[in-house]
Amino acid sequence: MNDTIFTILSQRKLTENVFELKLNGDTSRITRPGQFVNLRLEGLYLRRPISVCDLEGETLTLVYKLVGRGTLLLSQMRPGQTLPVLTGLGNGYDLSLAGERPLLIGGGVGVPPLYLLARRLRETGKPVSVILGFNTAAEAFYADRFLALGCTVSLTTVDGSLGQRGFVTAAIPADYTHVYTCGPEPMLKAVYRSIRTGGSFSFEKRMGCGFGACMGCSCRTITGYKRICREGPVLQKEEILWED
Amino acid sequence: MGRLSVELCGVELDNPVIPASGTFGYGYEFAELYDINLLGSFSFKGTTREPRFGNDTPRIADCPAGMLNSVGLQNPGVDRVIDTELPRLAKCFRKPVMANVSGFSVEDYAYTCRRLDGEPQVGWLEVNISCPNVHGGGMSFGTDPKAAASVVRAVKAVTTKPVIIKLTPNVTDIVSVAKACEDAGADGLSLINTLLGMRVDLRTRKPILANVMGGLSGPAVFPVALRMVWQTARAVRIPVVGMGGVSSAEDLLEMLMAGAAAVEVGAANLIDPWACKKIIEALPAAMDRYGIKNLQELRIGE
Repeated sequence: MNDTIFTILSQRKLTENVFELKLNGDTSRITRPGQFVNLRLEGLYLRRPISVCDLEGETLTLVYKLVGRGTLLLSQMRPGQTLPVLTGLGNGYDLSLAGERPLLIGGGVGVPPLYLLARRLRETGKPVSVILGFNTAAEAFYADRFLALGCTVSLTTVDGSLGQRGFVTAAIPADYTHVYTCGPEPMLKAVYRSIRTGGSFSFEKRMGCGFGACMGCSCRTITGYKRICREGPVLQKEEILWED
Repeated sequence: MGRLSVELCGVELDNPVIPASGTFGYGYEFAELYDINLLGSFSFKGTTREPRFGNDTPRIADCPAGMLNSVGLQNPGVDRVIDTELPRLAKCFRKPVMANVSGFSVEDYAYTCRRLDGEPQVGWLEVNISCPNVHGGGMSFGTDPKAAASVVRAVKAVTTKPVIIKLTPNVTDIVSVAKACEDAGADGLSLINTLLGMRVDLRTRKPILANVMGGLSGPAVFPVALRMVWQTARAVRIPVVGMGGVSSAEDLLEMLMAGAAAVEVGAANLIDPWACKKIIEALPAAMDRYGIKNLQELRIGE
């Protein structure tokens, strides 16, 4: 973990309320896809955690959805402005679990962390299947980016306005070796019930510090209490205990 | 004694900066970030007789100039703290540590303090009778002078280490609780614990915290904390450890001028893991700016 200043390179809207932010700074502590950074925003006390979407040299890409005051402030920031960022947080996805035919399943704003994962997996030469689920065609983003990496992409929308109608679970293929997934908890639960292999599940929780000190984001697992920010956000299928 | 050194219940501290309980774990994780031996000491995560997960999540909410938490004393229990956490800490911290203890009955407090009394690295017992986030214990001892005194007496009977009682600000008259603790034999007091608060999520129209209420900390509470430290320090003869929203060397100097013998830093560690190191490093220049030769001279009325 380190605390460094990042400079905003660009910011653009991907959909009505999803933004893509590119920043320049010291990315050396970001070691795995699925990790997150914690942004300090002027006027807010707690930092805001956002997962790493892409990384290229000193350029960090974050894709986030406008949900509250933090993301609203972030969406108003302009190129050239700076912000303090804690980087290298969380365990991230373990690439060694992928097997020969990894399957990536992302829902809505859970899609971004899968992008860097897909890129890293493609760099190993493996075929990568990706299922991206959104509510509507208007909310969809990044499908072309995954295609450009050479992934096999299946799209699902709840209203059928793009790709297959329904949920991501309807598009799960017959043959895969490990599932990497990120998305809203009901989707994660449905994926958990649908897959036959091991899986790496990325969770989201309200955090205090983001680096393991405050115990704000703890959860119960088969193997004991874990902090989503430190022993997570990625948990393995066999250790997950659903809270309800 | 050095320019920054202070004394707390007969133990000399290299400086008055003590990370507050619940914001610093059992220390070793911060030791990966900087040499924690530069701290005066630190107060470890609130420890109870049995392991605890704490309250349901969400248990954190952002606030103007502060935060709410309703963690509810998540900790591995005193046996594991002694078997696992303290040996790990001893490898990266060579100073006396403040052992923060919580309980749900007078017997709980006495049991946990007796267990920790045998630990050589424990320099002080900080007995939390002020946790706002647990039911049937915690704060209920700190809001009643008689109940507070009963905890002090039970703990004093099982330990030879200095006993510092951590007080809640959620009372009408903190001085009466402070005096009751002093009369019952407390060696020191620390204050303030968090102020009870709540927030509502506008989208769900429900409280953000699963526990509904939580404790407010951060710069928002600093003036309240300072006022209570001042009121308490002038009413008792035992040392008072000041805390509540301290985020800079200047805040720390205000706390000392209000009568604190040492100062705990809490929420600041959560937004900047290097906060305590920065405060210690900024202290000499801040003292120069205000013509302070050493911290010993700051105690008002002495």
